[in-house]
Amino acid sequence: MKAQSTEFGCGSINHISRRTLLKLGGAAGLMWLTPISQMLARADENAPKGKPARSVIILWMAGGPSQLETFDPHPDSKISFGTKAIKTAAPGVKLAEGFGHLAEVMNDITLVRSVVSKEADHERAVYNMKTGYRPNPTVVHPSIGAVVCHELDDSGMDIPRHISILPDQWPARGGYLGGQYDAFQIFDPKEPIQDVALQAPQERLDQRMKDLSVLEHAFGRGRPANLDANTTLHQIAMSRALKIMSSAQLSAFDVKQAPAAQRAAYGDTPFGRGCLAALRLIETGVRCVEVTLNGWDTHINNHAAQRKNVDMLDPAFAALILDLKARNLFDSTVVLCGGEFGRTPKMNPVGGRDHWPYSFSIAMAGGGLRGGHIHGSSDPTGESKEPEKPVTVQDIHASIQHTLGIQYEKELMTPVGRPLALSDGHLIKELLKA
Amino acid sequence: MKHWVRNAVFLIFWLAATGLVIGSLVKIRPLTDTKAFKESQFTDSELRQVVDRVDEAFASAWKTNGVEPVGGATDLAIARRLSLALTGTIPSLEEIRAIESHSGEQRVQWWLSHLLEDRRYSDYLAERFARVVVGVEDGPFIVYRRHRLVSWLSDQFAHNRPYDELVRDLIASEGIWTTKPEVNFITVTIDQNNKEEGPDEQKLAARVSRAFLGLRIDCVQCHNDFLGGKWKQENFHQLAAFFNRAEMSMTGVRDNAAKEYEYRYLGKPEKQLVTPKVPFNEALLPEEGPLRTRLAAWVTHPDNRPFARAIVNRISALLFNRPLHAPVDQISLDGPFPPGMEILADDLIAHKFDIQRLIRILVATRVFQLDSRTADPGHPTTSAQEAQFASFPLTRLRPEQVGGSILQSAKLKTIDANSHVFVRIMRFFQQNDFLKRYGDMGEDEFAAGGGTIPQRLVMMNGNLVHERTKQDLVMNSATRIGAVAPDDRTAIETAYLTTLTRRPSTEEQIYFVARFKSDPKVKRSELMEDLFWTLLNSTEFSWNH
Repeated sequence: MKAQSTEFGCGSINHISRRTLLKLGGAAGLMWLTPISQMLARADENAPKGKPARSVIILWMAGGPSQLETFDPHPDSKISFGTKAIKTAAPGVKLAEGFGHLAEVMNDITLVRSVVSKEADHERAVYNMKTGYRPNPTVVHPSIGAVVCHELDDSGMDIPRHISILPDQWPARGGYLGGQYDAFQIFDPKEPIQDVALQAPQERLDQRMKDLSVLEHAFGRGRPANLDANTTLHQIAMSRALKIMSSAQLSAFDVKQAPAAQRAAYGDTPFGRGCLAALRLIETGVRCVEVTLNGWDTHINNHAAQRKNVDMLDPAFAALILDLKARNLFDSTVVLCGGEFGRTPKMNPVGGRDHWPYSFSIAMAGGGLRGGHIHGSSDPTGESKEPEKPVTVQDIHASIQHTLGIQYEKELMTPVGRPLALSDGHLIKELLKA
Repeated sequence: MKHWVRNAVFLIFWLAATGLVIGSLVKIRPLTDTKAFKESQFTDSELRQVVDRVDEAFASAWKTNGVEPVGGATDLAIARRLSLALTGTIPSLEEIRAIESHSGEQRVQWWLSHLLEDRRYSDYLAERFARVVVGVEDGPFIVYRRHRLVSWLSDQFAHNRPYDELVRDLIASEGIWTTKPEVNFITVTIDQNNKEEGPDEQKLAARVSRAFLGLRIDCVQCHNDFLGGKWKQENFHQLAAFFNRAEMSMTGVRDNAAKEYEYRYLGKPEKQLVTPKVPFNEALLPEEGPLRTRLAAWVTHPDNRPFARAIVNRISALLFNRPLHAPVDQISLDGPFPPGMEILADDLIAHKFDIQRLIRILVATRVFQLDSRTADPGHPTTSAQEAQFASFPLTRLRPEQVGGSILQSAKLKTIDANSHVFVRIMRFFQQNDFLKRYGDMGEDEFAAGGGTIPQRLVMMNGNLVHERTKQDLVMNSATRIGAVAPDDRTAIETAYLTTLTRRPSTEEQIYFVARFKSDPKVKRSELMEDLFWTLLNSTEFSWNH
């Protein structure tokens, strides 16, 4: 079932859009004298400044990175256990040691150091972070990339608009929006993309497709004429697959076509290549790319394992920011870097940090977001679970959707017959550029 | 080596290989005797009466709703459904020949008997059931052994152990997870990040309510049902309290009678003691005994009808690829129930939760044996017919069914426990590789949905389809059939049987015979490769019908 929007949302006064308000307020001249005008003013105040972003890149830190060894170091505190901090280009903003490249572009990045969640189990927390909803047995929510693809147009794209590079066991999904919004998965971009190369010459494929039409015709007998469009989606998916196979846009996946210096800047790692591929894909018109860096679940030997991942993340993240800016894509692309939760301030007996969903960090950049900014702070002693200016996972989703010009309060009808908002969080205004 | 010697050796090998291939095509290996099959069993009044009552219930519902059922399916179409439902693959050519050689009136029931005695049935059912009771993840390291649980479940299903006994073992299990595999039902819920906690009573309560009662009481875990439902938050936590005493000890999972369950309900300032209490049918709960033993007795009590309804719905879902009532784990306590459900539940209770009998009855019903289309193209099936089981539901095959069917179609003989170990190992690895690319549905096995682009790409260009259809006389049935079939017509017919479990229509036969003859320079092996690729990429191959 295709999810449908409800024009007037749930009817809540907070869920009335500007457009709806304009429809309702016929006498424009009197509007400033009415409560409607106040709501319109509020909606206008919340609207994205300038042109909304059009794409998202999610650098997914699978396993849960330690905030203390990445974006929220506390070098002078006992909870650092030796982790040092470095200065960045942004005055007063420090990163954990190892982020030398990222430090140089810190004026383009916002750090949220007060993310709070209620999920400490990997699978549930990944679901929560990727969808903006906690797992619910009655409905599977769509990931942010699926929402973006559903809400924004798809003109001119042959290749999938939602892509997951180096996916782990929980890649981004379409949820109730349907399997067609699932992320298209690819692995290390240095290898050719699996399953798109013809296994037989083109003329044989053409003949096979002709043969197939005989079978499809036979299968359709005695069945509804719209069987494929309404039920199986078999031939529709096949024709889309054929379009992908012959598309010139496939070259966006091929990072070997990038100059050697550019490749070197991202680092000679699968993740680095994934970030470079993400840049090329966004440039081609893809809406959402998720690039996964695994290995952050450091219950043992935390510092060494975190540092190993930082060394892969740092050059790739920084190069991505620089390249997006160089291509004038920075303002139209939201970049998000984070994992399902953070890690405990305390160290366990085997030198590891365990799961910590209470006050962890993410980094955000581009898409009309502020740079060189820190939002919220965690307790430097590690005793308190409550950060200053707490931000929920839902709020992050609402804010990203806002920067993309998506009305996050909009409700879609789910297959269980229950309308659900795209996000039930709230916009964090402080993250937006003035 | 002299040329003539080399040629002679080659000729001998070629003749031997050809002989083997012809033998496998022509010879019918006598399938294992179906011990449980007796023709009279399916014509006797007692079992037939139950089938008739289910048929009448559906007929009455169709009449009420003004829906006409379609005609009956062919025996081969039904055999295909059964193989897919009970073994996860299509029937092999060898099996098709055996089915067709059986001349009795109860050919379908004979085939079903054969499948129920095949270890593939219990292995496959065990995996499906394991997904319901423990999910698909690896679970906690050391204290959880999923494969042990699946193997134990398979033994239970192979011996057709009464279902209620099996469930009691799972709920009330105690001991070490390696020597008592059923204990893994409890240990899978342990969160190893929280070292002070034992098994998670809330996860266990959710599993029990969904898997064994067909109820989603876990929806009120955090708050009362605000959609007007009857469940309150306390219903869930009172159920969870039965599992609170389970903890890990030196001797594995044991109950600690001293433990109490405390929970802070929504809106309450503090935690409060939660007393174990079942959410309905309280009179059926034994007064004495350990908490989990009492709960197990209550869940499986013959008068606790949601238990019987839940497994009727799950077995129906397995056979039809769609449950009688959807979602599969959300059956109302008070009805209304879909046609036949109460009759089947009554019979199941009366026959000591005999799962194989339930399968036999369902398979014998008219509704299971209906076609999935009409015979008249001018009046195709309607959504109302499909919704009310007045035509067999057309559903997407699960990934493991597609993968299993590709692999089976490449062999003329059945890939089963009797296959060479090399064949079975190859099947295991190739199937796993395929699932990684094609996707796995996890626990959500009966979710409706259409095909996806990545799945089509895997089928069109992926390794498995390419490797199992390419020209290879040793490994692939496509080439073998092409090599020994006396004419194109036979080759085409055999390819259809091997992949789609049917013969080509006249129209298809004419088309492909002409295609085979259209270019004499193209080898038959290449044409067979094309034909197999086409058959495997059809909607018909990837959908249950």
